[in-house]
Amino acid sequence: MSNTEEIKTANQRLEVVAENGLLHRRSFLTKGLIFAGSAVGTGVIQSNVAAAPLGNPEWSLQTGNPTPLYQTPSKFAANVVRTNANPDSIPKPTQARTPHQLMEGAITPNGLHFSIVHAGIPEIDPAQHKLMIHGLVKRPLIFTLDDLMRYPMVSRVTFIECGGNSVSLFSPEPIQADAQALHGLVSCAEWTGVKLSTLLEETGVDPKAKWFVAEGADASGLDRSVPLAKAFDDALIAFYQNGEPLMPGNGYPMRLLVPGYEGNMNVKYLRRIELVAEPAMSYYEAKVYTAPLPNGKAYQFFFVSEVKSFITWPSYGFKVRGPGLYQISGLAYSGVGRIKKVMVSADGGKSWGQAALQDPVLSKAFTRFRMPWRWDGSPAIIQSRAYDEFGNAQPTRAQFVAARGQYDTVPSVTAFQNHHFNAVVSWGIDSNGEVKHVYV
Amino acid sequence: MSTYKLAMALAAVITVTTLPVVAADDTPNLGSPISQEEISGWDITVFPNGKGLPVGNGTAAQGSEIYAAKCIACHGDKGQGGLGPTLISDRKRQGIDEAGETIANYWPFSTSVFDYIRRAMPWQSPKSLTNEEAYALTAFILEENKLIPPGTVVDANSLPKVRMPNRAGFVLRFPKLTPPIATSK
Repeated sequence: MSNTEEIKTANQRLEVVAENGLLHRRSFLTKGLIFAGSAVGTGVIQSNVAAAPLGNPEWSLQTGNPTPLYQTPSKFAANVVRTNANPDSIPKPTQARTPHQLMEGAITPNGLHFSIVHAGIPEIDPAQHKLMIHGLVKRPLIFTLDDLMRYPMVSRVTFIECGGNSVSLFSPEPIQADAQALHGLVSCAEWTGVKLSTLLEETGVDPKAKWFVAEGADASGLDRSVPLAKAFDDALIAFYQNGEPLMPGNGYPMRLLVPGYEGNMNVKYLRRIELVAEPAMSYYEAKVYTAPLPNGKAYQFFFVSEVKSFITWPSYGFKVRGPGLYQISGLAYSGVGRIKKVMVSADGGKSWGQAALQDPVLSKAFTRFRMPWRWDGSPAIIQSRAYDEFGNAQPTRAQFVAARGQYDTVPSVTAFQNHHFNAVVSWGIDSNGEVKHVYV
Repeated sequence: MSTYKLAMALAAVITVTTLPVVAADDTPNLGSPISQEEISGWDITVFPNGKGLPVGNGTAAQGSEIYAAKCIACHGDKGQGGLGPTLISDRKRQGIDEAGETIANYWPFSTSVFDYIRRAMPWQSPKSLTNEEAYALTAFILEENKLIPPGTVVDANSLPKVRMPNRAGFVLRFPKLTPPIATSK
């Protein structure tokens, strides 16, 4: 069979599942040989061009650098860093966002995990740090870090998302900013620590207790009320993040982990847990992490990060190089369980095809989805829509705005003027391949 | 009592008295008991019903002087805000934009004002205010926002009784509206 015939056959076998060139999710997995065939075709053309033998670059001809004790990325990957919304550390909260558009997979490396601190990053001496559990317990107890290291540990992969992530999409106009600026306040890591329930078995629980207040040891002394049921479900006192001690910006030496609940409730620098009958109505729960509604009321105790997804490639700021085969890639997650499926559209939501989900698909964790796409060079609008195992669907923008409203004016991209945004995100690709943020 | 019965009785006593030890073997049991006095050093959360409010009191007149010395740089000479958020304002909320929210038009509980000042302010030296100073600043902010009558002495008794205008302005998402919910498509 000639190369031309091979390519033709390959195209016939790539099942189109939705308009504007979306292909069956298994095309890349099962048609690998066919793609190889088409690559050979290209090679045949190039082999007709006269060329010198391949040379050796300098790094092939001289000894490399010494090995550092702690690895840092290549200088050529120096752009893969967080942004800092408060570089001069003036008296206000500081947000550092994860560069999703420059990353792949489902785990956020520790140096790139998003962080928000409200009064700087504390330098906590682990030898002096303690965790106190008191209130409606039978025996108030205090633990050193050494004490806690003796308890049975568990690991789990889970995302943490700030309640303010993506809220600049409440803007009445699409803000032209990259996935990092728009969606960078969510990250996913493997966390290791002691179950809070294990420690509560030791303190005993007064039946009147319905909530616990968790409080940090840093200057902000941030405190949040959490339903006590969460302590007996999946709450952890975490000491390790992707296998190494927590980063200072992520809570060193210990933090509360309440999987699926808004980031602010995962109290960092944890030093105190008080079991109580009623929530504290602290500043962050009674005022800050609320969601004003079009009817003048506001949601309080939103807690859960609801099912959500966004495409990381291609996304704002990239230029698609020309017509041809590409892989759309993105992240999906739900604060209540596993992702069941992700649908992708390349025609602004008129037709949809099902994306491939990367194993393992874990509860309350990032799930990477990928979708083969043949771009024909004409304008396209790509979207993703996630569904979780409990039947929750990510709302379209129209559904979301009908329920939650939008701002009257365009906000700063870093401002938190509402909370908990999870609608479908749209990237528009023009005929030059330039990717813009659009609303459909 | 037969030897058998005696043995059973002893076994029962032993079982009862050793049960807690047996249970403790299931856990490293390393938590150290802590007294109420020790707890009090960290136990600073104030609740809407006044639980956690300390002894002491303050008035807006006292708070005004502390404000001028310790708060004005970030929050402005009239509490209008600057680097820090607005503390005193009669503006109305607009739309769903948090930027319009103020203590007077949004905060549901007066106790949160005292709690936040005491734990997190002033920015450069949090937890440095005395309880009297925290009461005085709370009184100043509430009075300037016309939420308490002039001259009110703010203390553990009076503060929880302050009715905030937006007290009924919230819909609890947890637990009834938290997914999975039947309305999902």
